[in-house]
Amino acid sequence: MSKIEIKSPLPGTFYRASSPDTPPFKADGDAVASGDVIGVIEVMKTFHEITAQDAGTNITFLVDNEEPIMPGQVIAEIEQ
Amino acid sequence: MTIRSVLIANRGEIAVRIIRAAKALGIRTVQVHSAADAEMLAVKLADEAVDIGPPAPKKSYLNIEAVIAAAKAAKVDAVHPGYGFLSENGDFADAVVAAGMAFVGPSGDAIRLLGDKVSAREVAARAGVPTVPGSGGRVLTLDDAHRIAERTGFPVMVKAAAGGGGRGIRIVETLADLEKQFPLASAEAAAAFGDGGLYMEKVITRARHVEVQIFGDGENFVHLYERECSLQRRRQKVWEEAPAFELPQVVRKKLCESAVALAREVRYTGAGTVEYLYDEETREFYFIEVNTRIQVEHPVTEMITGVDLVQEMLKVAGGAPLSLKQDDIKPRGHAIECRINAEDPFKDFAPSPGTITKLVVPEGKSVRFDTMLYEGYTIPPFYDSLLGKLIVWGETRSECLERLAKTLEGLKIEGVPTTIPLHQTLARSAAVASGAFHTRFLEGWLETDFTETKTKSAEVA
Repeated sequence: MSKIEIKSPLPGTFYRASSPDTPPFKADGDAVASGDVIGVIEVMKTFHEITAQDAGTNITFLVDNEEPIMPGQVIAEIEQ
Repeated sequence: MTIRSVLIANRGEIAVRIIRAAKALGIRTVQVHSAADAEMLAVKLADEAVDIGPPAPKKSYLNIEAVIAAAKAAKVDAVHPGYGFLSENGDFADAVVAAGMAFVGPSGDAIRLLGDKVSAREVAARAGVPTVPGSGGRVLTLDDAHRIAERTGFPVMVKAAAGGGGRGIRIVETLADLEKQFPLASAEAAAAFGDGGLYMEKVITRARHVEVQIFGDGENFVHLYERECSLQRRRQKVWEEAPAFELPQVVRKKLCESAVALAREVRYTGAGTVEYLYDEETREFYFIEVNTRIQVEHPVTEMITGVDLVQEMLKVAGGAPLSLKQDDIKPRGHAIECRINAEDPFKDFAPSPGTITKLVVPEGKSVRFDTMLYEGYTIPPFYDSLLGKLIVWGETRSECLERLAKTLEGLKIEGVPTTIPLHQTLARSAAVASGAFHTRFLEGWLETDFTETKTKSAEVA
């Protein structure tokens, strides 16, 4: 079993859900398929979806909802 | 009470603009900032700076408690909200006043009254300001729909009363079309929203966006003529002018007087803007909304009238009567403002935060650059992409356009992509020169006339 990091391509604010009223795209521990949206990053009032490149299990988020994020920063880890 | 100190509850270029106005009046300035904005220009220019919270606007610039606490601790006389953020939040205005300070803007009640689309439309109608013709309320039968369409003319929009976000809207072109579409629209609305109620509104095709700058002190009300903001992308203004392009004098008079009537109706205090759609063909204008704050594009008005709107806001908020008299406000020449954003116009306007490595600002009597930039400044990703506004004045519009094109060549911002190339192309565009624009013009033009290759080849030629 190895861990795969999902990194942010952009600077901005990280959100785990598409709006405050909807559940998060992924809960901690969820399985992830390649292409799944795991969060969005707001950059200067525009929103960019973050998708998983690889499939995996047991996702662990390292960035909280609504927290600032830098390019290259690890958003989450999945297990393979 | 003359204001001796002011807290600026904003960031970016408008915070810099407010500090400059306050300094000119000898007012002490206190700048609030988020943790991401400690290095911003307004912080460097202000007499004092206060960190009010984390980068997310909700936790800092939109946090009423944090802003009020900073203002109290700094013992300021007044709070200037700028634009955006808390500027049109009536509860914030009330909280500032309740804390014993002056809010640089209208009362909380006026902000709420004019901020609500329905009540603002009612105020406009009471003041005799034309609103977009329509049913006003629900249309119950096809007979009623006929009568309304005869009054409004075609095309007319048939809309689900319960709808929202553009759903359940049909544009109807003819009477026959109406007979076919009306029952369908009603059935569709009933299915989609559980409510078959419809209302109707005239469609203003190829409308221009024209707005009037108003100013009041609660007893005296003036206008400072109009601006044209028809060049928009995704409903965001990109380029603004004063005065509006070839607006007939009789229309201008009616338009500006209607805005003053609206200000008088609510006994308005401070700077405000009444926005309209203008139909060039019929020469009719229709109320859209009121913005109860200083606008991004206020400098074009300042350039043609010579009035410093932000200084006047501070004076009026301190209790001074309006220093402007309608007969003394005499517009001269033409001004254009280009919004310079940290966006890549060749990559679908992708936002581009980053560090400014070089900044060269052209100077001149008729040139003004309102900005937050300095060399070495890192633009944070958490806020909007506006970096600055280039404003150029000319005796005539063509002189202004020519000067603008030259000035844009001299404006250098390096380190991040910006919208300067877009403005360079617009400033030399025949369509812009001939005033052939409306609010949907720019989006089409970007598809057909603005590509990297075309822009580059034009530069070579």
